[in-house]
Amino acid sequence: MSDKMRKRLLDVIPPTVTIILFFLIWEVGCLVFGVDEFVLPRPSVAVETYFRWQSAIWPNALQTLYTTLVGFGLAIVMGVALGALIGYSELLYKALYPLLIGFNSIPKAALVPVFVIWFGVGTMPAILIAFLIAFFPIAVNVGTGIATVEPEMQDVLRSLGGSRFDMFRKIGFPRAMPYFFASLKVAVTLSFVGSVIAELGASNRGIGNMMVIASSRFEVPLVFAGLLVVAAMGVALYAAFALLERRMVRWAYRGQN
Amino acid sequence: MHMNTESPICVELRGVSLNYVSNGRNVHALQDVTLAIRQGEFVAIVGPSGCGKTTILKLVAGLLPPTQGQVLIDGAPVKGPQKNVGMAFQNPILLPWRTALENVLLPLEIVQPHRQEFARNRRKYEEQALHLLHTVGLEGFADKAPYELSGGMQQRVSLCRALIHQPEILLLDEPFAALDAFTREELWGVLQTLWQDRGCTVILVTHDLREAVFLASKVYVMSKRPGRLVQEASVDLPRPRTLENTFEPAFVNLVHHLYTCIGEVRA
Repeated sequence: MSDKMRKRLLDVIPPTVTIILFFLIWEVGCLVFGVDEFVLPRPSVAVETYFRWQSAIWPNALQTLYTTLVGFGLAIVMGVALGALIGYSELLYKALYPLLIGFNSIPKAALVPVFVIWFGVGTMPAILIAFLIAFFPIAVNVGTGIATVEPEMQDVLRSLGGSRFDMFRKIGFPRAMPYFFASLKVAVTLSFVGSVIAELGASNRGIGNMMVIASSRFEVPLVFAGLLVVAAMGVALYAAFALLERRMVRWAYRGQN
Repeated sequence: MHMNTESPICVELRGVSLNYVSNGRNVHALQDVTLAIRQGEFVAIVGPSGCGKTTILKLVAGLLPPTQGQVLIDGAPVKGPQKNVGMAFQNPILLPWRTALENVLLPLEIVQPHRQEFARNRRKYEEQALHLLHTVGLEGFADKAPYELSGGMQQRVSLCRALIHQPEILLLDEPFAALDAFTREELWGVLQTLWQDRGCTVILVTHDLREAVFLASKVYVMSKRPGRLVQEASVDLPRPRTLENTFEPAFVNLVHHLYTCIGEVRA
């Protein structure tokens, strides 16, 4: 076996074992203690339910994915723009930061009713919550990356007569990219959570909405099937952006791998 | 290239003093420094640490304004950063997201008139950069990222970056201080060749007396803070100088002389 393959396997085996163990303990625990399906269905039942309801689950899951990605896309655009502004200008940083903290301190779930009043029940509240929840970490990370450029690096450009904008374009912004991509991984899962939260109370579509309906009908296995799908999608999104990060800012990892 | 004493004055400091406030304390960094460096001359400034050697470079680069006196380049007062100046620092300070070649190209993206023509003439500029990398012994490393290069190689890239826009003046702030002795002495040779090829004016700040004597045509000794120029020694050894030369009496005596000067300054 080549070293590379061994390394691959070492990357894959431990998490796989953990996940299998997790489901095994859950399954066996339910059987041994005779837990009612109504309280906590076994994972095998949830999976079985998933396959039974697949055709109903997927359109909802895709709707959630859609609102997540639209909201997340908005968060990237606005987060990078605002992060660049507060990283670029200390004055703007001082002026805007308290307000940003204030906005971020509001539990996003508390905004759902407000958005329902403004936009009605549907896709819009989910998109907005996904956007608001992901926006802050992106802006703060980009801002930090730009604002913490080493003075020595600034001297390199200053000695060449570079302007403040040159500094931003050639050093600040590229230097902030690892911060940006690190924040994306976290922010995309937050967006996803935001979407589901909004759908729980203010949508007629989406996986969150499906779970609410299922629980109101006491179809607990379907609720858990929904939760599994949510978790799987969250992991998939995280993995996608982790991969993107590796691709885009390889230099920040100094050639690990 | 032999230094022509008739060359016009390139860098001039006239009665320059510098005070600045650091942590609420007034620091008197330089006092009444006057010196004139001719075009194409290689000058070294040595002195105890913290004596304001680096400050002189920052003044010439236009990164700092003097509190008193005047800094002139080609007879014109320095007001702000200069486009005909290249600078290399103790640390290579390469941009880690750029390859060696892209790092060398950086000044051309900033300094006029190259800046305007950069996109159009990129190929030509790349060839110049590759040639320069070749000169310092880095052929085949152009596409490597900084983290893939050793400290000495990074410092070579840093030298190329300081020279790519063909500056009239090269300012070197202890560029080899962080390297091991063998690499350092190897780079003396590289720098000497670059200087002989380019004929630019060089100001080298160092605390390594052998380095100063090996490279410079004239060595200035600075006092401890507030920094003043207290000694000036011409180095009339023939060029190109080799490491073998550093063991000859003429070389050793000069180093010893400077060593004594520094000893007096520090006491």
